[in-house]
Amino acid sequence: MATVTQPRTGTGTDNRQLVEMSWDPITRIVGSLGIYTKIDFANKQVAECHSTSSIFRGYSVFMKGKDPRDAHFITSRICGICGDNHATCAVYAQNMAFGIKTPPMGEWIVNLGEAAEYMFDHNIFQDNLVGVDYCERMVKETNPKVWDKAQKTAAPNANIHKYRTIADIMTALNPFTGEFYREALVMSRLTREMFCLMEGRHVHPSTLYPGGVGTVPTQQLFTDYLVRLMKYIEFMKKVVPLHDDLFDFFYEALPGYEEVGRRRVLLGCWGAFNDPDVVDYQYRHMNEWGKAMYVTPGVIVDGKVVTHDLVDINLNIRILLGSSYYEDWEDKGKFVKVDPLGNPVDIRHPWNQTTTPKPQKRDFNGNYTWVMSPRWYDKRTGDYLALDTGGGPIARFWSTALAGLVDIGYIKATGTSVKIYLPKTASLPDVEFEWKIPKWSNAIERNRARTYFQAYAAAAALYFVERAMKEVHAGNTRTWADFKVPDDTYGCGFHEAVRGVLSHHVVIRDGKIANYHPYPPTPWNANPRDVYGTPGPYEDAVQNTPIFEENGPDDFKGVDIMRTVRSFDPCLPCGVHMYTGNGKLVEVRHTPMFGAHK
Amino acid sequence: MAETTAPYGRKTQKEPAVKEVHVLWSPDGLGCDGDTIAVTAATQPSIEDIIMGAIPGLPKVHLHNRVLDYSQGGDEYMKVWHAAAEGRLDAPFVLVIEGSIPNEDIKAEGYWAAMGNDPRTGEPITLNTWIDRLAPKAFAVVAAGTCAAYGGIHAMAGNPTGCMGLADYLGWDFRTQTGLPIVNVPGCPVQPDNMTETLLYLLYEAAGLAPMIPLDEQLRPTWLFGKTVHEGCDRAGYYEQADFAREYGSPKCLVKVGCWGPVVNCNVTKRGWMGGIGGCPNVGGICIACTMPGFPDKFMPFMDEPPGASISSLAIGAYGRVIRGLRAMTNDTVNKEPKWRHRGRDLTTGYHPSTYGNGSAATPARR
Ligand code: SF4
Ligand code: SF4
Repeated sequence: MATVTQPRTGTGTDNRQLVEMSWDPITRIVGSLGIYTKIDFANKQVAECHSTSSIFRGYSVFMKGKDPRDAHFITSRICGICGDNHATCAVYAQNMAFGIKTPPMGEWIVNLGEAAEYMFDHNIFQDNLVGVDYCERMVKETNPKVWDKAQKTAAPNANIHKYRTIADIMTALNPFTGEFYREALVMSRLTREMFCLMEGRHVHPSTLYPGGVGTVPTQQLFTDYLVRLMKYIEFMKKVVPLHDDLFDFFYEALPGYEEVGRRRVLLGCWGAFNDPDVVDYQYRHMNEWGKAMYVTPGVIVDGKVVTHDLVDINLNIRILLGSSYYEDWEDKGKFVKVDPLGNPVDIRHPWNQTTTPKPQKRDFNGNYTWVMSPRWYDKRTGDYLALDTGGGPIARFWSTALAGLVDIGYIKATGTSVKIYLPKTASLPDVEFEWKIPKWSNAIERNRARTYFQAYAAAAALYFVERAMKEVHAGNTRTWADFKVPDDTYGCGFHEAVRGVLSHHVVIRDGKIANYHPYPPTPWNANPRDVYGTPGPYEDAVQNTPIFEENGPDDFKGVDIMRTVRSFDPCLPCGVHMYTGNGKLVEVRHTPMFGAHK
Repeated sequence: MAETTAPYGRKTQKEPAVKEVHVLWSPDGLGCDGDTIAVTAATQPSIEDIIMGAIPGLPKVHLHNRVLDYSQGGDEYMKVWHAAAEGRLDAPFVLVIEGSIPNEDIKAEGYWAAMGNDPRTGEPITLNTWIDRLAPKAFAVVAAGTCAAYGGIHAMAGNPTGCMGLADYLGWDFRTQTGLPIVNVPGCPVQPDNMTETLLYLLYEAAGLAPMIPLDEQLRPTWLFGKTVHEGCDRAGYYEQADFAREYGSPKCLVKVGCWGPVVNCNVTKRGWMGGIGGCPNVGGICIACTMPGFPDKFMPFMDEPPGASISSLAIGAYGRVIRGLRAMTNDTVNKEPKWRHRGRDLTTGYHPSTYGNGSAATPARR
């Protein structure tokens, strides 16, 4: 790390023994992410953290001038694990811009496809990528004492999931050789088959269009989906208690573990699953149809709701620079001066953003990343909030729980919790799970919410199948509505990508795309210090995370840091860099392999 | 079957010619990691079949892929890449590249795509540098997905990175030490089983159990890409009767609402997406030609009727032979990449940078 430059913000001038360590790229996430840490081993704490990305592709640049009907095909390619979330969000924006109301069957098919995506993606990420951080091999290598304890600790829910001790769960999570690891991989295929039934193929769907879908709705289609769904529901009945046992054990085995990855509760959720009875894609009604979504949008600050109104959410998005490789656009004109309700639209809003890449050397005192800094303007305080998505589920649950609006038989939001009811399956009776608002926004609770949300998506899918079947029985099989592309128009789409908030903003001039800005979850989570010096959420969450790993600097694996970063479910080329404070850099090491490079 | 005299209990499994093979799979081009994710969906064979040795005759396979690796990343993950680049790896390796290859020469500084840092300078190492170092030493070089094969979505008109396919970067006549051309497995993303099956073939080839992999002119495995989407489509009966869908959601032939199936090389209509389920035209999605060298530019706007489709449909039956001729012509065009995907210091995609710091004058895009 000879190139590490002087820190531009410091944590103090003490003489702590700080060791800089880097992991670049990080494994077991989607996208190229690097982590550079400065660790205070004496006090067992991470000292400081910055965030940076390692690729640029230029969607907002090359989409200009293209046919707006192609937007969903193109933007799907932004992400290889949740591309369909982009395609869906793009279709929502197209529907608004083109003035389309999709036939109900089209909406149910999209909802079923997206539910399958959540079931698949959270499953593979949690159990095949994150799970490795909690597996036997990793725990033995990082916390042998915890492994000893795990062997002696009976799993409270062993009667349901059949793993006798916590250690047995950890062994089952070992990559490829672990029984549960392999079972999860097989399940991730079943759910992708469900996805393919609805949207053609995974991960870039072939049957989505502005106006609806091309999928042919038949009794067979929904039956094929339902039988697979019931297998997944049976699986979830074991998975939720299994993860509860594992995560609760960490709090018990390592007192203080709640501080790992902890950050102020600053959560955003943009809502998912439209209700065809309410949604008309008109901006004027966006507040109403936003609140009718089966996952309620919202901004949550310090555990309290700031808003559930999508118009409010939309208008206060700000894209800041500060540490990114782009030219500013303050002096460029606005594409959209006021929204359809007459509200002024800021120059830093995605509708008015102009992306001009400026490749340059990585300079940790200046610009060090391809990621910009999205913020949400809190007009009560004048703060530009660095909201995070917590990897998606924790924010979705928190917002949905507080709003108390969702009530569909299989799911009920209570105001303080979300209840999920799963009916009887082949070998297990019906079950109710309840996600309760946790005490912290931290690594463990982000992970726990991910497991519960898999059950939520399955329960929602049950409801959607029932509604879709009803339409089939009533003969309402139209899936698509025709439309014309206006010459001059604009629109926005709000959705939840698997790992959190997703918005697409499009402006159309002369029938072509004049401006297009997608904002996926990872820019919200992985962004660098903005122009006001506010660090992005990873930087913030990793900084001051306590270190519980038993290894010293020579064989340090950084598992607590990795658990923090992966709890956000990173999924874009991006990176995290960490610096010394004002204290003198004592030593620089890469991740320890064969000792350390100096 | 020829050996009628083979005794009961004979050893059917030959020892592979090599005991171990590394697969160095970098998803670090301009892509979306979608091809890596796709292989986790494969079942014929599955990724665990390959890694755990469930298939006879295979050498032991060590997969090094950022998304699936046990390590926490950093040096622990990168050491095998450095070892391979320095010729210190203990066994032959297959290099798999995912994502299109940016043109790093069109700007004064910075990087478009990087993987790991140079231990001496601390600067990011570009993907291009890795390719330069690794390709000449690899047993086989595979482009996974359309981006790596031909440029794909990120190489569309007006793109700011000047990116291209691996063969555009290394040269179409590139050969590995063992005389193998680049192997392209296009698809956006790649059909899961197409990818693992190709890998399996190459592993057999490395083990001395299969002859040279058969490839077409676009370097695709012939048994996977020899037929068109249309030839495998279960809606072709409607096509033959000139009975066309006028809107999406209809079970009829989709050619009038944008399907490019007749001129596209892809087996997804036959094979389904996974486990025989899903696909494109067969399940109601127009074929947008995502496997093709001309993708996406030559097929946009996707939702319009492809040129020639109406001539074709009028002529169906009586002029079958003429149509086949016309098809071959169109197929030739779409089997070529647009002209702006190339090396060199000029960016010719149609994007005019003023911020690249090298004063290079970009020339306008041609289709
Ligand atoms: S839908 Fe496409 S591939 Fe199928 S028959 Fe029609 S033109 Fe051919
Ligand atoms: S049928 Fe067409 S769109 Fe579908 S995978 Fe094949 S080439 Fe791509």
